[in-house]
Amino acid sequence: MKWASVFAVCLFVCGSTYAATGKLLATPGVSQVEGSAGGGIVPWAQLAGYASEDEWSASGFCSRASLKDYQLDVCGVQANLFDRVELSFARQNFDVDALNLDIEQDIVGAKVRLYGDIVYSKYPQLSFGIQHKSLDDATVANLLGAEDDSGTDYYLAASKLHLGAVGGYNWFWNITMRHSRANQLGLLGYGGANDSTPWQLEASSAVFLSRHWAVGAEYRQKSNNLGLGESDWKDIFVAWIPNKSVSVTAAWLDLGKIAGQTSQTGWYLSVTGYF
Amino acid sequence: MKWLSLTAILLFLVACSASTPKTSLYVQIGGNIGAEKLVDAFIKQIGNDDVILPYFRESNVRHFREGFITHLCDTLDGPCDYEGDSMVQIHTGMAISESDFNRVVDLLINAMSEVGIAHSVQNQVLARLAPMRSEVIKL
Repeated sequence: MKWASVFAVCLFVCGSTYAATGKLLATPGVSQVEGSAGGGIVPWAQLAGYASEDEWSASGFCSRASLKDYQLDVCGVQANLFDRVELSFARQNFDVDALNLDIEQDIVGAKVRLYGDIVYSKYPQLSFGIQHKSLDDATVANLLGAEDDSGTDYYLAASKLHLGAVGGYNWFWNITMRHSRANQLGLLGYGGANDSTPWQLEASSAVFLSRHWAVGAEYRQKSNNLGLGESDWKDIFVAWIPNKSVSVTAAWLDLGKIAGQTSQTGWYLSVTGYF
Repeated sequence: MKWLSLTAILLFLVACSASTPKTSLYVQIGGNIGAEKLVDAFIKQIGNDDVILPYFRESNVRHFREGFITHLCDTLDGPCDYEGDSMVQIHTGMAISESDFNRVVDLLINAMSEVGIAHSVQNQVLARLAPMRSEVIKL
């Protein structure tokens, strides 16, 4: 992971130079596996980084999901322009143990904040985003019956942080509606003979136990275009946000059936640095 | 009959808990003494912050202290009526940015932690103050 080492060095070198700090601690969320600000698997309405409307910010992350038969490594970067536009780039490396094979994919993302602020506005913050994904090599995708080697997801996300709402603790929720033809994030291509409804529901919720610790759960509906019984994804997570420069997230994943292999559960670890 | 009596007991309990006056946030932060300690800690936080202090260049600290204590008391359901200048009047011309507003929230959180206000009470205090943001920023 060349990316990971570059990222790690930057985290220490760049971390102390300039960083926008205009948002409240933890309110940008963390980084999801396709590179957008979000939870672990769901993109949220918040934009990455601590930039407020007068600021810009940059952030970078690396994540690893280690499942029974697979491993997914992702690293990416994000830019936040005036808390209005988020641009992101992520590179995924999906390791299939049994076939001794890597599937690689690039994801370019953009998100626009349409309304509100997760803390202060009366109604939830609302954002619209796109994620354009393309596989390096579509051999496996073609073999499984996928129609395309690239695709564009778009989504509408709403999120809100309720101060002191649950026994005095801060409560966060997000709901995302995504239009996607991707099979397993697109790692197994796009579309297929069994093309089903392209609209998928995703949701996250978390409670902040303190300013620095949050625990929560996520759900992501999946389509089953390849007819391989693609399962909805679930996770429970704990996030540590010691300051506005770094966040660390650990999760337990239940991704169900992936390419015929059942019970894909495992661990997830993600680090985001804010510059 | 068992269900009926159980229901009656439950109803009684619910009615009881509903009629018991909830301890006000003002009492939970320690009443008048607590509010004074909090505002003093907050003033100290502001005094040590190079970004926020300039906003107070024209302010009379004693006036701000008395005003904020009464305002907190009123906002947190204490036995006070804040009759000072409105939030809009006070902050007009200061052109406070989103970023600096959140920085002040951070200072207030620091002050609340410093005087030992519990995390859950801090959040409820912030929940009461947050809706006033539009009367404070970008004026």
